[in-house]
Amino acid sequence: MSLATFLDLTLSGLVVGAIYALFALGYTLVYGVLRLINFAHSEVFMWGSFAAVWLMMAMGARSGMSIPAAIGFLLLALIAAMAVSGAIALVVEKVAYSRLRHKNAPPLVALISAIGASFVLAEIMGLRDKIAGWVGLDGVLAPYVARARDTTSFPNPLPNVTLFEVADFPVRSNQLIVLFAALIMMVALDQFVRRSRLGRGVRAVSQDPEAAALMGINRDRVIQLTFLLGGLMAGAAALLYLMHIGVTRFNVGFILGIKAFTAAVLGGIGNIRGALLGGLTLGLAENYGSLIFGTEWKDVVAFCLLIVVLLFRPTGLLGESLGKARA
Amino acid sequence: MRRFLDAVGDAPRGVRIAGLVALALLAYALPLLNPPIITTPESDFRAVLFTVASYALVALGLNIVLGYAGLLDLGYVGFYAVGAYTVAVFGSLHGNLPFPLLMVLAVCITTASGLLLGAPTLRVRGDYLAIVTLGFGEIIRLVALNSEWLNGARGITGIPRPPSVELFEIPRLTWEGWVAYVDLGDKSVFMKFALLDATPYYWLTLTVIIFVLFADVLLQRSRVGRAWEATREDEEAAELNGVPTFRFKLLAFAMGAFVGGMSGALFASRQGSINPEPFVIQISILFLAAVVIGGQGNRWGAIVGAIVVAYLPERFREASEFRVLIFGLALLVLSNFRPQGLLPPRRRRRVNRETDRKQQMEGGVVHG
Repeated sequence: MSLATFLDLTLSGLVVGAIYALFALGYTLVYGVLRLINFAHSEVFMWGSFAAVWLMMAMGARSGMSIPAAIGFLLLALIAAMAVSGAIALVVEKVAYSRLRHKNAPPLVALISAIGASFVLAEIMGLRDKIAGWVGLDGVLAPYVARARDTTSFPNPLPNVTLFEVADFPVRSNQLIVLFAALIMMVALDQFVRRSRLGRGVRAVSQDPEAAALMGINRDRVIQLTFLLGGLMAGAAALLYLMHIGVTRFNVGFILGIKAFTAAVLGGIGNIRGALLGGLTLGLAENYGSLIFGTEWKDVVAFCLLIVVLLFRPTGLLGESLGKARA
Repeated sequence: MRRFLDAVGDAPRGVRIAGLVALALLAYALPLLNPPIITTPESDFRAVLFTVASYALVALGLNIVLGYAGLLDLGYVGFYAVGAYTVAVFGSLHGNLPFPLLMVLAVCITTASGLLLGAPTLRVRGDYLAIVTLGFGEIIRLVALNSEWLNGARGITGIPRPPSVELFEIPRLTWEGWVAYVDLGDKSVFMKFALLDATPYYWLTLTVIIFVLFADVLLQRSRVGRAWEATREDEEAAELNGVPTFRFKLLAFAMGAFVGGMSGALFASRQGSINPEPFVIQISILFLAAVVIGGQGNRWGAIVGAIVVAYLPERFREASEFRVLIFGLALLVLSNFRPQGLLPPRRRRRVNRETDRKQQMEGGVVHG
């Protein structure tokens, strides 16, 4: 193995890991306040990715634009993805969770409800050509809805240039942009939860919902806020994913969501910094694992790592700091 | 609906047993009756019945793990796959053992895999178990997909069938509108296991289900069942009262694996050939949905849930493109409007009834 291969695997592992981490925040935040796996979070991500693709198509983005224009386009796509993902996350909360929460239903039912929401959201996207046909818009929207079950590619206007070389390994601009953008978003969220008034509410509810309610914190608001924050982060993750991988699909969220959730658990679910550590660890482990055992064993390595880590550190690498120790 | 359930629950034992026997007879007769409305116009009704029965068997197994012991298992399809692959590997690919022996072997290996997975992982807390089991299910599938010894994606063909005893032929009914005809050209041979006619497999699976139901009743009413319930409701309290919770959780896991493996073995034999494709996580989710929709902790609920999950998509095949969408909507509606499941356990129903009564009384004081 050459040094260049190793560096390549390391960098792409870190990039994928950062995307996992950003995606994992939605699972971690919601788990922190609700103690529930938000199964529909994968679809929140998927809708964000389509929002970005569609906006780019509508604005006519293509490669070979001037750099400032390309950056502007990407920023607009980021805003669109975050807005749509955030909105979908709020819808999921409203439709799949809030009613059950007020009924005090057993937690597993909420899981099934979220799975139902996830199927519905994925299938609406996967059947968008039919649905557009019902309202007679399939002609107008043809470029957006055609071949609904195939992959859609993301027209990235930003050229992927080689910035510098380390030991014959070219470091490309897109990878660095994705990595740093993800890290900045995570730091921003971490600071928001740690320092802001709203963030304090989130932490209070995750530590002790009853006491938080007695202190005048509106639990429903806080829950909506965590869904929104998770959705925003998933939208950002979706755009970065598109910049890195280049295509999306109606069922792209499923496997990625499982990976992101694995990352959240690996780092210690409910813990924002844990999600970062878990995501990066998972991304690196996958890449090194596929180097040692072959690409087809990548996922096996990831899940084995998870099982081994949980055996020795049952609450994940960093433990559950956002939440309390279990009653 | 609720009044009906309560009436069934409070009916005398004799009446209940008679009802169950009648229900079982009806279930056995279904592939022969081929009743209109219930039958599936777009796909082979007998094959659908077999699928429903094998789902019901799986749901019964998962109900032990999830409903009784309260362990969230998202990788239950892994046990199903282990059962199926055991039969395939030792019956066709690397051996040619006869079916009855294969069945025993499949059950032993799946139970062992349940113990093997459970022993290290059941010490982690409930919610983590979900992702660990999900990982396990994926690992099983990926190993089957990538291992040359298991023939990878090509899968395994020529899986042995149960030994046939061709005793007599039974004609089935065909319907024209509401008039039934005995169709002498389309007969089922009593216990001839073949690819074309799934009826004998359905009967075999149904018989297995009945045995599992008996064992399930005995188990739930025994010390073991009470220990599971105590563990599910409050693990610390159970432990303090002398229930070795870890051992009982492991037992639940092994029992669940046992039943799941059996269903997988029957599935493999019925298909005649298998590949890793049908063992994806989505199927685990379907199993889970069956148990939760039905009402976790109630064996009849698990069966009803399995029927909903396996039968409805086949019945409405003409809407095949929208199947998953409709299924998702059904999950959303069912969980939001019947959070306790279609058939909640009797004790839960009593609790709900009491709560309602109390609320009514309290309400009466406030307004009165």
